[in-house]
Amino acid sequence: MELKKTRADIISTVEFNHTGELLATGDKGGRVVIFQREQESKNQVHRRGEYNVYSTFQSHEPEFDYLKSLEIEEKINKIRWLPQQNAAYFLLSTNDKTVKLWKVSERDKRPEGYNLKDEEGRLRDPATITTLRVPVLRPMDLMVEATPRRVFANAHTYHINSISVNSDYETYMSADDLRINLWNFEITNQSFNIVDIKPANMEELTEVITAAEFHPHHCNTFVYSSSKGTIRLCDMRASALCDRHTKFFEEPEDPSNRSFFSEIISSISDVKFSHSGRYIMTRDYLTVKVWDLNMENRPIETYQVHDYLRSKLCSLYENDCIFDKFECVWNGSDSVIMTGSYNNFFRMFDRNTKRDVTLEASRENSKPRAILKPRKVCVGGKRRKDEISVDSLDFSKKILHTAWHPSENIIAVAATNNLYIFQDKVN
Amino acid sequence: MMLSKGLKRKREEEEEEPEKEALAVDTWWLDPRLPAVAQAPPAVPSNSLLDLSVLKLHHSLRQSEPDLRHLVLLVNTLRRIQASVEPEATLPSVPSPPEAPGVAADSLLASSDAALSASMASLLEDLSHIEGLSQAPQPLVDEGPPGRPSGGAPPGLGALDLLGPATGCLLDDELEGLFEDIDTSMYDSELWAPASEGLKPGPEDGPGKEEGLELDEAQLDYLLDVLVGTQALERPPGPGR
Repeated sequence: MELKKTRADIISTVEFNHTGELLATGDKGGRVVIFQREQESKNQVHRRGEYNVYSTFQSHEPEFDYLKSLEIEEKINKIRWLPQQNAAYFLLSTNDKTVKLWKVSERDKRPEGYNLKDEEGRLRDPATITTLRVPVLRPMDLMVEATPRRVFANAHTYHINSISVNSDYETYMSADDLRINLWNFEITNQSFNIVDIKPANMEELTEVITAAEFHPHHCNTFVYSSSKGTIRLCDMRASALCDRHTKFFEEPEDPSNRSFFSEIISSISDVKFSHSGRYIMTRDYLTVKVWDLNMENRPIETYQVHDYLRSKLCSLYENDCIFDKFECVWNGSDSVIMTGSYNNFFRMFDRNTKRDVTLEASRENSKPRAILKPRKVCVGGKRRKDEISVDSLDFSKKILHTAWHPSENIIAVAATNNLYIFQDKVN
Repeated sequence: MMLSKGLKRKREEEEEEPEKEALAVDTWWLDPRLPAVAQAPPAVPSNSLLDLSVLKLHHSLRQSEPDLRHLVLLVNTLRRIQASVEPEATLPSVPSPPEAPGVAADSLLASSDAALSASMASLLEDLSHIEGLSQAPQPLVDEGPPGRPSGGAPPGLGALDLLGPATGCLLDDELEGLFEDIDTSMYDSELWAPASEGLKPGPEDGPGKEEGLELDEAQLDYLLDVLVGTQALERPPGPGR
């Protein structure tokens, strides 16, 4: 695979749009950077389109909630694109409390020849105007502008962890630790609460919502995952408040693996529908699981991401790494899944061949256009030359956010403040 | 209307860590006489795991806006650890009156663990008050720690004990100074009437006299009952909910 890289602040979310032409990143500083793929040139057939910066804008600013004496972090938690319906691009970006709809559009012409203004924009004295002319559009340097079109605020008491655009393209949901709200894109001053797991008595709180997503085709169906490792599928047609799930996915605990940290490592950090809509994938601390929507009692596939950490859970608890939230993604055909790990490693699992590979996103080990070399972690005994031992892993280098192009083998991997884009090599 | 001064939210430290973070092999439970490979983590946690968990909970509670998921996972893990330490809960007799000052240190720890549930419960109750109210109680900061037992647990451990002044689980003078800069005026409000909690440290039983960090049996029983719900917490009704 070829390697390209770009710098950014600590990246907190990565997302391709529906065609893969655009790639958006959000960072801790509230900025959104959008990359656009170059059109492939006929002269350089072997040079696949590169991603270059297309637009950068400040999506969220730090806020201070004076009522509660709390700072609201500007970090972008999630970005989700809307399908393109005209020349402009639309995306949702959210921090802990507020979702915003941004319009990103190009301007490559500007009107010239106003009657009431001169070329510098100053107003002309009407008495000096003796003729009328029609302003004409003249080409200008391409300018990409991002404008906030909607701000959806004041609907979340707790921290927003997910947003998901509905397949009806008219509504979307936002989920925080205890509630999920449904919004209409046109209406910002109200939202419908569709899930509420807050107990009447907060002392009874034992579980929070960790992720939520709409079904890719059925606009009435969505799933949400919990900190106890369960997934609930809900049907909005059943009732206005979807507190009662239609399906409940949970795998029984393996008694041989039980420990004090069982619940923490079972907490689901990400849930994603397959493109087909037939499966869901969940990520917990040590594994990725694929579930068939028709089978609730256990996943159909389980992939070990870094099982060598199982004996280190106490140390990972001590340094808080055990609470890290990794995301997971499907490729376009749902045949391969990918997720991140530590030491800037990320893992891919081929569901058909059952083969897996560990790769590393780092500048030290890769040069641009170099082929990525598979990595291996040595768990004990004699370490081979290219292997890295578990105790040498760098736990400050974690890959939490990755994205896969919707139809091609192009992936984006966020390693702290670096963005890596890998493509299949063309022979 | 009381608002505590705004606390700047602490950045997650593990993300800011500039130098490489290597992972220590879990060895705290290893017996050096036995080969490491043959040993498995014990079913019963060491006190250091309990201490660590309480310390983490304390740290989490000190954030101006705690991460709810982190908090809930910590609390559930703590419950699991505590349940392991005392797996059989028996119904306690009526909780005894508060301890007099100068009681053995382990009872202070025991009461801090009993208070842990109350503290956590209080915090979660706090979070429910966040909604739409002008008065938002801050997460529990240190009311003041009880005296630490000679077992050497970190001073922050006992800081969750809300019951200090009201019930005689007292503040160690030297530790009190650590928390002087924290504005605890809001805890003087009636929202927090800890004396009405009914959670009082239990009597001195035989096991309670042991040195170190052994939990008092009666207090654990009481704690477990609180958790299980057979004992209702007496709380003043909070506004809003």
